[in-house]
Amino acid sequence: MRQHKLALCAEHFISWFQDHIARTIDRHKMFTSTNSLLLAVSGGKDSLVLWDVLAHFGFKVDGLYIHLGIDEDMFYSDRSLEKCVQFSDQNNLHLIQVNVEEMYGLPIPEAASKSYRSKNRTCALCGLTKRHIFNKVAVTNNYDVLVTGHNLDDEASVLFGNTTHWLGKYLARQSPVLDATSSGFPKKVKPLCRTYERETTAYALLKGIDYYAQECPFSAGATTLSNKALLNDIEAERPGFKQQFYLSFLKAKEEGLFDPSLSDRKTDIYSCKKCGQPTSNTELCNFCRTWKNIMSSTGS
Amino acid sequence: MNVKLTFRTREYSIQAGMTLRSALIKLEIPVESVLAVREGILITDDEILLEGDEIRLVPVISGG
Repeated sequence: MRQHKLALCAEHFISWFQDHIARTIDRHKMFTSTNSLLLAVSGGKDSLVLWDVLAHFGFKVDGLYIHLGIDEDMFYSDRSLEKCVQFSDQNNLHLIQVNVEEMYGLPIPEAASKSYRSKNRTCALCGLTKRHIFNKVAVTNNYDVLVTGHNLDDEASVLFGNTTHWLGKYLARQSPVLDATSSGFPKKVKPLCRTYERETTAYALLKGIDYYAQECPFSAGATTLSNKALLNDIEAERPGFKQQFYLSFLKAKEEGLFDPSLSDRKTDIYSCKKCGQPTSNTELCNFCRTWKNIMSSTGS
Repeated sequence: MNVKLTFRTREYSIQAGMTLRSALIKLEIPVESVLAVREGILITDDEILLEGDEIRLVPVISGG
């Protein structure tokens, strides 16, 4: 691991990796052993690796899998769910499953094709829906903290995109921890934010974690992936670059690089009249409004 | 050509005797984008590839 100036055998890499994540959790005060955690799992390497590590340390962590109804690429959603079920069964962990089509009437690809806002932008509707369901399950079941498997490469990619477009508000809000709000959003954390994707992949391989390696078929051409490729080219020449880029950003934020008001959410927050989740709209939240329009277009 | 490398659905052949890193550069596969497994064992990119080796390249980058 040139980025850490470190070379380890398999056994010591595994323990180093686990401790690295534990240090990240402590450094950013993400949660303690008394908190109940809800981890978004996709069947991919990052979420299953993180679940493995959190369970290793004895944290109370349940998984949430959201079936998006993506049948392209050999039943992508079904295959990724299988990996989550298999992992949770093998490790005696609790997995909550939510099926978007069963709950809302259409699978994501079909819903996106009918959405005015998200027309042919499947990822936009997917993200909106997942965030909504994540909040809903967490609040309904009284979980203290929502956990996602976003890794250092993900964070560096987002940071790169936000920086190259000088999106001040997004830069101000990008953080390993989003605190709970009085309006009802739960705390959200990213314990892998200081962990390279190569490291999570290595951990999965060394521990024999059977993850779903197939990419989401709708991710082809995504800016995130091209950003990652660019950053990896730099990393190959300058080991540690991605880590330095991201961690220096966090340090600069702590030292006041951004005006705090940039990250302030609007002060007028209402409860969605349909789902009750916090929203800046007086009637329906963005999710409910979008799905209402989708189902209206189908005649439902 | 006597080292076989597989990456997703593609197979590559390359001469033995070079490091994994050199092989990846030669094949224009970004070094940071893969990990390599030989006979079920993860190998580092400074490992010399030997005649008859069959290397599975595991993609690292994920999205979606």
